[in-house]
Amino acid sequence: MSNEKKFTLRNAINQGLLAGLITTLISTVGMVELFSQRQLIAGVMTMAQLFIFLIPALISFQTARKAPKNSILLFSAVTSFFASLPVLVLILLASTFGLRRFLINVSPSLIETLTFGQGPLVGSLILVLATTAVGVAAAFVDQMDEKIRKPILAGLMWTILVGTFSEILQERLRAFFGIGFTNLIIKSKALQPVAALIFLVVVTAISYFWQQRGDSIKKGLASQSATQRRNMTYAQRIAFFVLLLILPLLLGSYLSEVTNNVGIYVLMGLGLNIVVGFAGLLDLGYVAFFAIGAYVMAILTSEGFLGVAQTSFWLALPVSVITAVIAGILLGTPVLRMRGDYLAIVTLGFGEIIRIMANSDLLKPYIGGAQGVLQIPKPSFFGTSLIQPGQLYYVVLAGVLLAWFVSTRLSNSRLGRQWMAMREDEDVAEAMGINLVNTKLLAFAIGAGFSGLSGAIFASKLTSIFPHSFNLLISINVLSLIIVGGMGSLPGVVVGSLILVGLPELLREFAEFRPWMYGALLIVMMLAKPEGFWPSAIQKRELHADEESPPVEEVAAAD
Amino acid sequence: MSILSAKNVTKRFGGLVAVGNLNIDLEEGSIVSIIGPNGAGKTTFFNCVTGFYQVTEGEILFDGQSLNHRSTDLITRLGISRTYQNIRLFANMTTIENILVGEHPHLKTFWAEAIFRTPRFLKEEKDAEAEARRLLRYVGLAGLGDSLARNLPYGAQRRLEIARALASKPKLLLLDEPTAGMNPNESAEMMRFIKNLRDDLGITILLIEHDMRVVMGISEHIHVLDFGQKIAEGSPKEIQRNPRVIEAYLGRGAASGLEKQTDGISATV
Amino acid sequence: MQRRLQNINYLDFVLWFIRVSIIVFVAWGTIATLLDNPYSADVWVNFTVLGLAQGSMYALIAIGYTLVYGVLFMINFAHGEFFMSGIMTATVFIAGPLSASGYLNNHPVISLLLILVVSMITSVGVAILTERVAYRPLRKAPRLVPLITALGASTFLQYTFRGLFGSEVKPFPQVEALSGKISFLGTEILQTQMVVIIATVIMLVGLYLFVMRTKTGKAIRAVAEDKDVAALMGIDVDRTIAITFALGASMAGAAGVLYALVFRQVHFYMGFLPGLKAFTAAVLGGIGSIPGAAVGGLFLGIFESVGPPLFLDGLNVPAYHQLKDVITFTLLVLVLIFRPQGIVGERLAEKKA
Ligand SMILES: Nc1ncnc2c1ncn2[C@@H]1O[C@H](COP(=O)(O)OP(=O)(O)O)[C@@H](O)[C@H]1O
Ligand SMILES: [Mg+2]
Repeated sequence: MSNEKKFTLRNAINQGLLAGLITTLISTVGMVELFSQRQLIAGVMTMAQLFIFLIPALISFQTARKAPKNSILLFSAVTSFFASLPVLVLILLASTFGLRRFLINVSPSLIETLTFGQGPLVGSLILVLATTAVGVAAAFVDQMDEKIRKPILAGLMWTILVGTFSEILQERLRAFFGIGFTNLIIKSKALQPVAALIFLVVVTAISYFWQQRGDSIKKGLASQSATQRRNMTYAQRIAFFVLLLILPLLLGSYLSEVTNNVGIYVLMGLGLNIVVGFAGLLDLGYVAFFAIGAYVMAILTSEGFLGVAQTSFWLALPVSVITAVIAGILLGTPVLRMRGDYLAIVTLGFGEIIRIMANSDLLKPYIGGAQGVLQIPKPSFFGTSLIQPGQLYYVVLAGVLLAWFVSTRLSNSRLGRQWMAMREDEDVAEAMGINLVNTKLLAFAIGAGFSGLSGAIFASKLTSIFPHSFNLLISINVLSLIIVGGMGSLPGVVVGSLILVGLPELLREFAEFRPWMYGALLIVMMLAKPEGFWPSAIQKRELHADEESPPVEEVAAAD
Repeated sequence: MSILSAKNVTKRFGGLVAVGNLNIDLEEGSIVSIIGPNGAGKTTFFNCVTGFYQVTEGEILFDGQSLNHRSTDLITRLGISRTYQNIRLFANMTTIENILVGEHPHLKTFWAEAIFRTPRFLKEEKDAEAEARRLLRYVGLAGLGDSLARNLPYGAQRRLEIARALASKPKLLLLDEPTAGMNPNESAEMMRFIKNLRDDLGITILLIEHDMRVVMGISEHIHVLDFGQKIAEGSPKEIQRNPRVIEAYLGRGAASGLEKQTDGISATV
Repeated sequence: MQRRLQNINYLDFVLWFIRVSIIVFVAWGTIATLLDNPYSADVWVNFTVLGLAQGSMYALIAIGYTLVYGVLFMINFAHGEFFMSGIMTATVFIAGPLSASGYLNNHPVISLLLILVVSMITSVGVAILTERVAYRPLRKAPRLVPLITALGASTFLQYTFRGLFGSEVKPFPQVEALSGKISFLGTEILQTQMVVIIATVIMLVGLYLFVMRTKTGKAIRAVAEDKDVAALMGIDVDRTIAITFALGASMAGAAGVLYALVFRQVHFYMGFLPGLKAFTAAVLGGIGSIPGAAVGGLFLGIFESVGPPLFLDGLNVPAYHQLKDVITFTLLVLVLIFRPQGIVGERLAEKKA
């Protein structure tokens, strides 16, 4: 009954073609070209090239693992060779037929990127050879001893990361070390080749030695007593809080702004995490509560003609949250008896209803219709208006910490268990004496509250809001980040937000492709890593159930 | 006095009469069995008692109160608790958490107390956990508190389900084929365990069994269902001699043995 | 004890309250409009015909939801994108060039058939690919999981087509042979609307016969009944499910052509609203039932076109056409809350233990 069939050359070819098709798709929808201007390593490699080679490399890696032991290099060469063919076809078609008439992104400059500016013939040859070489190299790395492979991969990854974010890093390095030093490493937004090489070697070396020492450190840790260990986590925790507090100073204005946006999504994510992750209710209209929070804040504080009270931010904040909570209960009630997929559709319907209403002439006299609400003041704190992103950061941080605190406390309580049980099996949960009405409503209400809080902060951060900021994509975005991080996992929400909100904000080219990426990620995660990148404790336990893990860590984590 | 009494209970699904005009009275503190071939309507009766289904006709009284139109959670709070034919644990929760959920009806703290960790909350949680560990020991699963329910072996899952049901301190415990899928030795042990349950805790037990032999040893009274109708009732001795029961069983004996294997599947779809 | 029952009562109370207020609201609006009498009978007939044409498309799309729900018990969120992908591709690759060269108006029948075929084939291709990649590997997963991948597939497909063909609205060429009006039952109606309605009837009847009469159709129904049993009887379940997707997608591809004929434009986001509405239609007719989907679609089309002027005009709601979708979504929500089994359907089984 082994379903591990023999991996033949045919499979290798198929894998290669698959990789090639994916690369072709990425090219035709315009991702590759978009990134052709972003230099990873000055004069050596652009981000577009990374995209061209990444997937063949990954698939070759896969092939190398499955291939018969004696012909690994051959197999991965075949795979990566075939991976270049679909791209080749694209190049040929584009340069003979003028595909651009149909496919808007198959532009001459895309072809130039794909052929490395060497013209169709020579360029194609280079493409095929380079793809094959990269594939073989990937297989080669895969064959290395783990002790060497891991550091090399770490080095590569970090170098690519640094290259990717060199623009930001440049700005930060200048702020701390001055222009002269920075130019040695990053010049005009691109990592310098020599610096890249040094960086690669250094990171590889560090991670190599770290790994060597890692084992002994782990042993040392194991011999420590539980209290010692806890003290260390306390120390770590304090260090972490201090870091959180001084973060804006380190990040500077632009990165603080990005952090704030991430924080807004973390806050929303923590709320949806209660509804979806804890209670298992798939709510696709979640953006509605965000919108309600934002509009209440806007109407209450706006100094424009739509403002009704011109109250302070701090007074309007609880009102926004409470309104969102009430809305959560009101919208939650009719769907209480609904299960799974119908619930998703109905909540999606609610979300759309709210958005269309906000857009309509009917409510225009009150909330501005498509023109939105303007002149919302930023929050002020003891007289100083929090205009800088670095100042607003603390408001966002406070909100996130509050939501985090409430989430942890609740998840470790009777209510958390009620939610979990309900998620596992609604009927049985009810037969355990759990009142489903209350339990679901509490999830909806608390989730809506966090979302409303987030929306309120969002409104005063932007100082003006429009209905189109509250579309379905926001709900999908929040859902995606929960899933990427790991459903039901609080750190997962942060990780998910950093990946799905933070990264695209840093790489502004991504903006257009964000929904595309979310869609792909939702599928890929469900297929490959349904537990997310930072699974909750439960799911972790689930995955490592056979490794006897002592409960000590859990006790430490729980308090 | 009778703790549970079903009066002319009928449950129809469309044209199918799953349970027809059933009368059952349970003596407090007794162990009573419902037996019958597959599809006889035994589980459906349990579902009617626990509020999973509303009865089509008739009435079920528990402690003198009518259970009609009562929601499942309220029925549980009245003191009825059950297990399932195809085990339905909270598979991704630990054994302790499963039992803690079972204790739910007896926990009093308000959810906001959990946020502020009031002393009352902390004490309640501590007591609840102690009680859960005690129950775990009681059903013979000591030490398995932190493993996931889904990773337990089959027999242990059955026991855990019973522990979870006991956690709500029921007066009446409904067990749906507790020995399904067990070998004769395990079945015998489960039966001893159930008997102890009653003797130690004084809980009234109503159990569904498929297999007559197993049930004879512990039941004080047996009801036999076939096609939703009660065809016989009485002491084990009487049942064993009853010609209709013998016919219902032996006549279709081979078939029912076959069905039993697929029961778990059909019950979950 | 009475106190403990409060929660149930609360829920029932809220549901009753919603029912009553909706009925009052609709009745009030309708009476006000009728008293006001802002439109002539002709206009109402036109609203209805327009609604029928629109509803035909909903019916065709709804078939896909119903078929897939029938076999997999899953809402295929991406179905609206199957609809979009076909007609987008056909517009860019076929309709555009044909119209530019003048062939379209010289040979309208051949051209339209070509467009139809390309649209249907593309939709089917996208559907089969989606099923294979995003749904099939997850058939045994918890129910939330395929729902999430479906949502992902929907977004992914939308933005893939945006990337391929661009984000702007693309015109679909006017077919001159269909541009006139004809008189029907005393009123003038657009020829395209007539074509849409007739084409829909043909497709629906064809589909119904296919599912009821052919061997493949029987296999689909067997799989819908019970996958395990069907597999035991020698039916290739995976293949049958793929065929089901293909069948639904082919209807969606055809609906796309009709949509383009009526609205004369296509767009990467065009699948979202019709998809959601077709889902509403499928639920209205009782999800899982093919005639139900057809009836539900037509009903929804008429409701949507007659409803806003009928309910809202009398209430003096400004720009009530903006709220057309609100009315539809409200209907969707209400149906799912109060009659998830559909207007004509039977009650679904109670929870099981
Ligand atoms: N929710 C339901 N819908 C329709 N029929 C049901 C339902 N639940 C049970 N039945 C039918 O009722 C009959 C009795 O089933 P059940 O009570 O499960 O039998 P058993 O005695 O084996 O436990 C069976 O024919 C079954 O198919
Ligand atoms: Mg049964």
